[in-house]
Amino acid sequence: MKDKNNKKDLTYEEAIKRLEEIVRLLENVETPLEESLSYFQEGVDLSRYCREKLTEIEFRVEYLMKEEQQSPEGSEPGCSKKKPDEDDLL
Amino acid sequence: MQNNIYILKVSELNRYVKNLIQGDPRLSDLWVVGEISNFKHHRSGHMYFTLKDNTSSLRCVYFKRENMRALFQPADGMEVIIHGNISVYEPDGVYQLYVAEMEPAGMGSLFLAYEQLKKKLEAEGLFRAENKKKLPMMPRKIGLVTSTTGAALQDILATLKKRFPYIQVLVVESLVQGTEAAEDIVRAIDLLNRYADIDLIILARGGGSLEDLWPFNEEIVARAIHGSSLPVISAIGHETDFTIADFAADMRAPTPTAAVAAAVPEFSEMNTALRQLRERAVIALQRRLQQEKQLLDHVVSERFFRLPGQRIKLLRELQYKLQIQLHREISRFLQIKAMQLSAQIDRLDGYSPLKVMSRGYSFCRDEEGRIIRSIKDIRLDQLLQLSFRDGRAYCRTEKLEEVKIVEGQK
Repeated sequence: MKDKNNKKDLTYEEAIKRLEEIVRLLENVETPLEESLSYFQEGVDLSRYCREKLTEIEFRVEYLMKEEQQSPEGSEPGCSKKKPDEDDLL
Repeated sequence: MQNNIYILKVSELNRYVKNLIQGDPRLSDLWVVGEISNFKHHRSGHMYFTLKDNTSSLRCVYFKRENMRALFQPADGMEVIIHGNISVYEPDGVYQLYVAEMEPAGMGSLFLAYEQLKKKLEAEGLFRAENKKKLPMMPRKIGLVTSTTGAALQDILATLKKRFPYIQVLVVESLVQGTEAAEDIVRAIDLLNRYADIDLIILARGGGSLEDLWPFNEEIVARAIHGSSLPVISAIGHETDFTIADFAADMRAPTPTAAVAAAVPEFSEMNTALRQLRERAVIALQRRLQQEKQLLDHVVSERFFRLPGQRIKLLRELQYKLQIQLHREISRFLQIKAMQLSAQIDRLDGYSPLKVMSRGYSFCRDEEGRIIRSIKDIRLDQLLQLSFRDGRAYCRTEKLEEVKIVEGQK
């Protein structure tokens, strides 16, 4: 729970790695019971976070046709993009 | 004595011969085969060399204007077929072959150009494995450079949808064939590198002849791929086609479908791995709690033996009931979890030791907060901390009584 804030910055790879570590700690009988409980809580949070991270992006296809490529936007991607709606019309 | 004779100056003679030669239609448009020697590429950009066979040689000039269009680089020892015309270089009085175009004899010039460029870029280190960029494990947005009418685009989108449907694609339209295609591809790669949210580029084109795939064998394309700060996966032509772009790419995929496999993980695999980790966490904690409980039960039941008859029976029955109930709850819990783990993960909280404690169990810690598991760890008159579900009691030991635990007893 103490990781709640910086967990937001975790990449999926980092989160999964930490989750694997936690499962190993939980499976180790040497881990004190109280610690196990907080690890478990962290594990539950992490797995939910991973699940969200895995599916947070919606499938979308954008097209940048040749005539639109003349003046590329540097920091503001998405401005000059047109999205032919072939997919949506189906 | 010289009156009827016209005496020519050297330059006049040379001009006369030149005009004679230039007037011959056969000499103004001819094909010659021979081997290049004494090849010199002058600073001006013009090329000078001698074309020879076993017995004769011929001076040749290949002007910059013409040789710039050449796909391959001429060199000594190369057998070539030259198309051009014969003329005289007046200052020296020699006739030479002026090259309009040149083909390597015995093989296509495209093939030779391919080999030459490959060798050149290889020597520069463009294909070196340690220069390859690492592909991200889970890209969020892919830049796709391809023709919007080709089958490659549809293949890639369909495969992506099947394999990892939580991703975005920015398709940058590009010519993938013809003389303008290479510049188009370079522009698309540069463009994608200016977007902040692209993680990876796929450069794709369906199958075709060597001529069709030629843009992917051009130097500027290889350099753009190498210079891209985003990793590039190439998927050009069929399995058997290897373009220069493939060598320069960070990953070469034999087909558009394979490019997707290289670019994104399989969602179902990732999801299964995640679910398994969650299940392992649940089971591990469950097992742990059970272990602790058994230990507790053991001690409790041993102690009850020492109490008078009727009460023992009552308490043992109660304890037995509790245990059955506990087991039932655990197996029910595990069943539920197995079936709908992801949806019901929140319920886990309900099975924490707090719940166990609400049934009347408490745990005991010493002054330093360590959990006490054995009577041997307790001294007389020691301050102990008993934790209940909703609070703690601080107690002092008055009497210690050790009981023997017989292994294997129920």
